[in-house]
Formats: sequence, structure tokens, C-alpha cells
Amino acid sequence: MEQFFQQLLNGLAVGGIYALVALGYTMVYGVLKLINFAHGDLFTIGAYLGLTLLASWNLAGVLPPAVAVLAVFVMVGLLVALIGVLLERAAYRPLRGANRLSAVVSALGASIFFENAIMLIYGARVYVYPDFLRPDFTVDLFGVSVPGVRLLILGASVALMLALSAFIQRTRMGAAIRATAIDPGAARLMGINVDRVIALVFLIGPGLGGMAGLMVGIYYGQIDFTMGWSYGLKAFTAAILGGIGNIPGAMLGGLLLGVTEALAAGYVAMAWKDAVAFLVLILILIIRPTGILGERTADKL
Amino acid sequence: MSRTPLYVALAVVIAGLPLVCNAYWTDVCVMIGLYALLSLSLNVMLGQAGIFNMGHAAFFAVGAYTTAILNTVCHWSIFLTMLPAGAAAGLFALAVARPIIHLRGDYLLIVTIGIVEIVRIALINDVFGLTGGANGIFGISRPVFFGFRIVKGLQFYYLVWGMVGVSMLLFYGLWRSRFGRALNYIKEDDVAAEGCGVNVTGYKLAAFTLGAAWAGIAGTVYAAKMLTIAPESFNFMESVILFAVVILSGGSQVGVLVSVFLFIGLPELLREFSEARMLIFGLAMMVMMIWRPQGLLPPLPRRYAMPPPQEGARP
Amino acid sequence: MSLLELTDVTKVFGGLVAVNDLSFSVDEGSVVGLIGPNGAGKTTVFNCITGNYAPERGSIRFSGENITGLRPHRIVELGIARTFQSIRLFGRLPVIENVLAGRHCRMKAGLFACMLHTPGQRREERAAVARSLEELSFVGLTDQAEAMAHALSYGNQRLLEIARALASDPRLLILDEPAGGMNDQETAALVELIRAIRGRGITILLIEHDMRLVMQVCEKLVVLEHGTLIAEGEPAALRENPAVIEAYLGADDDRW
Repeated sequence: MEQFFQQLLNGLAVGGIYALVALGYTMVYGVLKLINFAHGDLFTIGAYLGLTLLASWNLAGVLPPAVAVLAVFVMVGLLVALIGVLLERAAYRPLRGANRLSAVVSALGASIFFENAIMLIYGARVYVYPDFLRPDFTVDLFGVSVPGVRLLILGASVALMLALSAFIQRTRMGAAIRATAIDPGAARLMGINVDRVIALVFLIGPGLGGMAGLMVGIYYGQIDFTMGWSYGLKAFTAAILGGIGNIPGAMLGGLLLGVTEALAAGYVAMAWKDAVAFLVLILILIIRPTGILGERTADKL
Repeated sequence: MSRTPLYVALAVVIAGLPLVCNAYWTDVCVMIGLYALLSLSLNVMLGQAGIFNMGHAAFFAVGAYTTAILNTVCHWSIFLTMLPAGAAAGLFALAVARPIIHLRGDYLLIVTIGIVEIVRIALINDVFGLTGGANGIFGISRPVFFGFRIVKGLQFYYLVWGMVGVSMLLFYGLWRSRFGRALNYIKEDDVAAEGCGVNVTGYKLAAFTLGAAWAGIAGTVYAAKMLTIAPESFNFMESVILFAVVILSGGSQVGVLVSVFLFIGLPELLREFSEARMLIFGLAMMVMMIWRPQGLLPPLPRRYAMPPPQEGARP
Repeated sequence: MSLLELTDVTKVFGGLVAVNDLSFSVDEGSVVGLIGPNGAGKTTVFNCITGNYAPERGSIRFSGENITGLRPHRIVELGIARTFQSIRLFGRLPVIENVLAGRHCRMKAGLFACMLHTPGQRREERAAVARSLEELSFVGLTDQAEAMAHALSYGNQRLLEIARALASDPRLLILDEPAGGMNDQETAALVELIRAIRGRGITILLIEHDMRLVMQVCEKLVVLEHGTLIAEGEPAALRENPAVIEAYLGADDDRW
């Protein structure tokens, strides 16, 4: 029972990270109907930028660790958001009116480009996060001692998701995003600046993704330049699982996938852990391509 | 605009290349030939029918492993394993494609990535106890062709490029037929294709199975050349490279060859930049989609014998 | 004897009943018009007949055979060809290949015959090209055979769709707004073409908003409103039908 509880919490923590990354996929898909393949690599960039800021700039030496981590979170979020906006400008905006699959190929190219740019800049080796950053207290939860870092990661991702939900549901800009997702043409006619909405989406999604990369660095302690692919694919699976284009769906899908994976690794076989997400992805696309919260729409002929 | 000179030039270069190459470069050219074979097979589904398969390495792996297992366990000769390798890859492709072939392009892309990863993980985990786990299978024997043992790089060179030539002829025939046209209709507009009487699912599956079977046959040659195969040779990046080569080629066979030389051959020549190879790859994909979405050399229109213009026909 | 027979066909999208218990029939050799205001469900009926949609209830029989829920290409093989309301040609392929697409289902060459270009395959291919050229000449597009389909004028694209449909040897031809986007001259030529198709013994079912065309070529009309049949019969009689007049009042296409 204790093992189950630990696996569950571990799954929720990882699931929270998946959910943050999945939000980027689902928001971009919502407004552009494009799978932003480069999103996983923006997540990797977040992890590397975080490391650079913490280690090279020695922020952690100047500031108290908790403050340093918070500051780095904000900086990484902003920097990756900026890269996201530039990516949209350079690789996607010129293809706005083109064949949808052209944009997919461009996204794939962007992903390969980023991954290799990271490798060329940082080298192909595995990097280790300074371990004093990792909170090492434990919390006694229902008689089980739980590593505090798990709870912090879960708490941080849930807080970010709640903030995003409030933004999308309560603000004018959030309403503009929702309107554009439903019908860009109509949104434009109603006076919404669709280009700005898309830029905003490419600010929020990559920002959250970059912060998720930083969280992985702190949680697991090590990062490498290929991690964007596996996290990206899993987060994408989470987005599909919840219903792509659907923001609460991405959150639900992320948590669900994290837990499924953790339980499969704990109870089925560790070696097959990475295959679980792909299996879930394939099954969901075969059985219910609209995901759990997605709505079925009639095919237009 | 005819491409005959381009074909002739390519044929001459390919036939004569080993004369000026040392052993190392001959080996490089064998690998280029294998990529050409794989890319041509992927072109049948991706270039002709627009089926977004980014898991082609999975079928290559099934072929290579079939050959390796039949050769090391059952002691079949390499050329005998070619047929079962192609059949195994084709059947595997048919089985996995059946439930997913109707998916939209971008979803299919993701699912095929999933398939190639699952195959790799399965191979590492020594599925059925036959694949040798992460170390793979070693001790594969050399192919023997009617008593003639193929050992040297040069012999492999002509074997591989001979197969490329035969494949190009067969695929050209396919392209110039109702089958090739059906794939093009599907790529253009699958609803309209079905509405005109083309069995869209059937043709998509046929193209997928055929391309996969060809990749399986390429796997046989690969296993025989390397003597050792391991799961890491069939990772997802290999699929990405093949995918990019075909997309950038524009879908004609000669375009595929040019694209293979550009993206597999050229980095070998520019060794000092070889680390940046994939970076350039990614950049090329982005730039190409923006400035030349049809690719380097899209196929020229098929020609049909037209009746001579009649007297008094409208101008 | 009726070639096509719809019985209680119902198609629902989400909560919306697009076609409601619709029954009508099309006699062999006739030209029938399916009319009604925008959004009446006419194209949905076509999509049910051609297999693009599977109706929730009811049956569709063609030449005595139940074709409900068959896939579209099977229905084309059985002898129903169609054109699309929003033209769906293969734009980046030559005109001749667009017509060959219709011929596809009457050809037999398999994978290996196609790869190897066997004598049988070559013969079949030559015959198919010849037949496609005949259809192009039938609709008057012979001199455009090698042009790319997207380069044709709007009216000619509609004609090309008809040629493509005819190449599949249909017994029933379904035309979805064939005069859409055509000028008066082109429409007049289309009336002649429809009569010529009928002269070949091909039955025609069409949707059209241009009432002059409908009145000229159709011998029977089926009137739909909100997915329900409100009248059917000879055009002249329906002009006086109060339900039909009611349905068309305030509609955009008041061109009686």
C-alpha cells in the first residue's frame, strides 16, 4: 500500500510536468490546428537555460536557494516564451495559409534544429543540476513519508495551471484566445487581432513548457539534449488523451498519463515504461481520437 | 524540360564511382545506397500517397532482424532470407497500419513515431527471447550469390546499387500506372478519390505494405553488410532522416537520389561540419517548406499519347 | 421501374436531424431535381446515397440492391457517380488524369501488372486513355487535356467533374449544383449537356438553385425543407403548390 501511494504521488508529480508541457501543445493546436513538434525542445531549452542561470551565473550563490529558484523560474519562463514567439514568426507565420502538412514539416524541422543547436552549444553530455537546489525535506502524509520535492513540483504545476485557467476564463485576452480557437475567421471579423492572439499563445505555451523543463532538472537532477523528444511525445499523448485543443483536458490527460506510467513502471515492468505512453497514444487514437473531454464533430465534406 | 541528362549523369557517376573510391569511401557509398533504397521505399507511401509515416526504421528493423534470426539460428543463406524478411516487414506493417491508416496526416505521424519506439523498446527487451536484447545479434554470415561470396565493399556496392536500379524501374512502372495515379489522387484529395471510385483504404494499405516490405529487404542487405545488428541502429532519428530526405526530394525518384546524396553523402565529405548535419537538416526542412514546399524535384507530369489536333478544332 | 429508392432515410448530426424519414424514388432514364431552401439537407441526402454518410435509419436501394452504408468507392463501382458542390478536382494533376480517376474503378491491373507493365496492363491503359479523351470531347474540353486542372475556369472545372463522373460508366449520375458559378451562356450549354447525358441512357439526380435550369431539364422534382419531404411531382404542378411557395418565401434563391 505504501508503495502504491508513493508511486501515485510520483506519478502525479511527473504528470503535473506532462500537463504543463501538454498545455503548450493543446493551446497552439487550439488556435492554429498545428502540432508544434518543436514544443518539446523549447522545454529542453528551459532546462538548459535554468542550469546556465543557476550554475554559470551563480545565482544560487548570491541569493538564498529558494529565492534563486523562484527568480530563475520567472526568467526561464520569459526567455523561452520569447523563443516561442520568434519560432512562430520565423517558421509558422509564413505558412499560415499553406497546406497544413507543410506547417507540420516545418515544425518538425524546427524541432530537429533546436535539439541540435542545444547539442552544439552545450555538447552531447548529460548535465547535472546542482543538488543543493533539490529540497530534501520529507513530509509525513497519512503515515507515509513523502519527499517534499514531489509535493512542491505537483503544487507548482497545479498553481500554474490554475493561474492559466483563470486567465483563459476570466480575462478579455483569454476570451479572445477562446474565440480564435473556435473560429479564427469570425474572431477576426469581430475585431480580434488574431496575429496577437497567436503570439500570445506562443508566449504562454512555451513559457509554461520552459518552466516544466526547469522542474524536470530540479526533480531528476539531470538533463540531456534529447529529453525534449520523450517528454514532448508524452505531453502530446497527454494532450490527445484529454482531448486536443481542450485546456482542462490537457491537465487531466497529463496527470492521468503520469500516474498510468508510474504504476506501470512499478507493477508491470520498468523496462517497458517508455512504451506505455506510446501504447496509450495509439489506443486512444484508434478508439477515441477526440480524447476524454473532446467533443465529436461531424466531418465536413 | 526533360530529366534524361540528369538520369544518365547519375547512372554514370554511380557506375563509375568505385573506380575512384578507396575502401572507406566505397563503404560510405554502400551506406548511401542503403539509404537510397529505404528512401525510395518510403517515397511510395510518403511521396506518392502522402501517407505520413515517420516510423520507417521499424520495418527496416523487422527485415534486418528476420534475416539475422533466420541466418544465425536456422542457418538460412542470406539471399533466401530476403523474401521472408520482406514478407515479415510487410505483414507487420499491414497489421499495425490497419487500425491507424485512416488517421489524419499529423496524427499518423505521431502514431508511427510511437510504433518505431515500441519496436525499439521491444528489441532491447529481447522480445520472444530471439533478438539478443540491447547487444543485438552478431555472427551473421556473408551473402552467397550462386556460389559467389559477397565480402568486399566493392561487391556490396554493386549489389546495393543494383537493387536501387531495379527498385527504381519497378517503382517507375508503378508510378506510370493506375496504381501510381490512385496514390496521387489520394495525396491530392482522399475524399474526392474515394468519391471517384478509388478504394482509398485499400490503396493506402497496399502502398504502406509495399514500402515496408521493401524496407525489410533493405534490412536483409544491411544485416549482411554489418554482420552485427543492434536496436540502436533503428532508432527514431533514422526514421526522421528518411522522412526528411523524402519530403525534401519532392517525390520524384531522381529527386530522392539527389536528396540522399545531398543529405547523407555531403555530410561525409564535409567531416568538420558533420556534427552540424542534423542542424542543417532541420533548417533545410523549415526553409524548404516556406520557399519551395513542393520539394527539390517534384515529379514531372506523366505523359499520355494524345491524338493529333483535328482540323477545325477550337483554338 | 425505379432505379434508386430511398425509404425512411434519417440522418442525425449531434442533436440536429438533417434528414428526416425521407422517402422518394428515381425512375430509370429520368432527370430528377432535389430542391429546397438552403440548409434543407439536400447535400446530406446526396452524401447518404453516395456512401459518404451512413444514415441512422432507413434504406437506400439501387437497382434493387441495398446499398445503405456501403463505402463510397463500392457505390461508384455499382454505378452511381457524383460531382461535388464545392468542386473537388485533383488540382495539381493534368485534366486527363482527373478523368482517368473516374475510369480507375473499371480497370483491373493489379500491383504486379502495374509494376511490370504487362501487355494486358498496357492495353487496358490505352483503352482507358482513349475513353477518357472521349469523355473530355463529350463535355468539350479536349483541347485542355494536358492542362493542370486548377488552371481551368470555374465553369470548365464543373464540366471536368462531370467528365470524371461519366468515365466510371454510371447508370445514375448525381450532380450537386452543376450550374453553381456559371454564367447564363455556360448554363445554357449545361442544359444541353444534361440532355445529352440523358440521351446516353444515364439517369440523373441533381440539386440546383437555378430554377430555370431545373424547369428545363427535370421531369420530376423532390422538394425538401428542414430535412423533410414537403412535395414531389411534376415541376409545373409544384409551382402552384402552397407548401412549396411557403418554403421558398424569403429564401435567397427566389428565381422561380
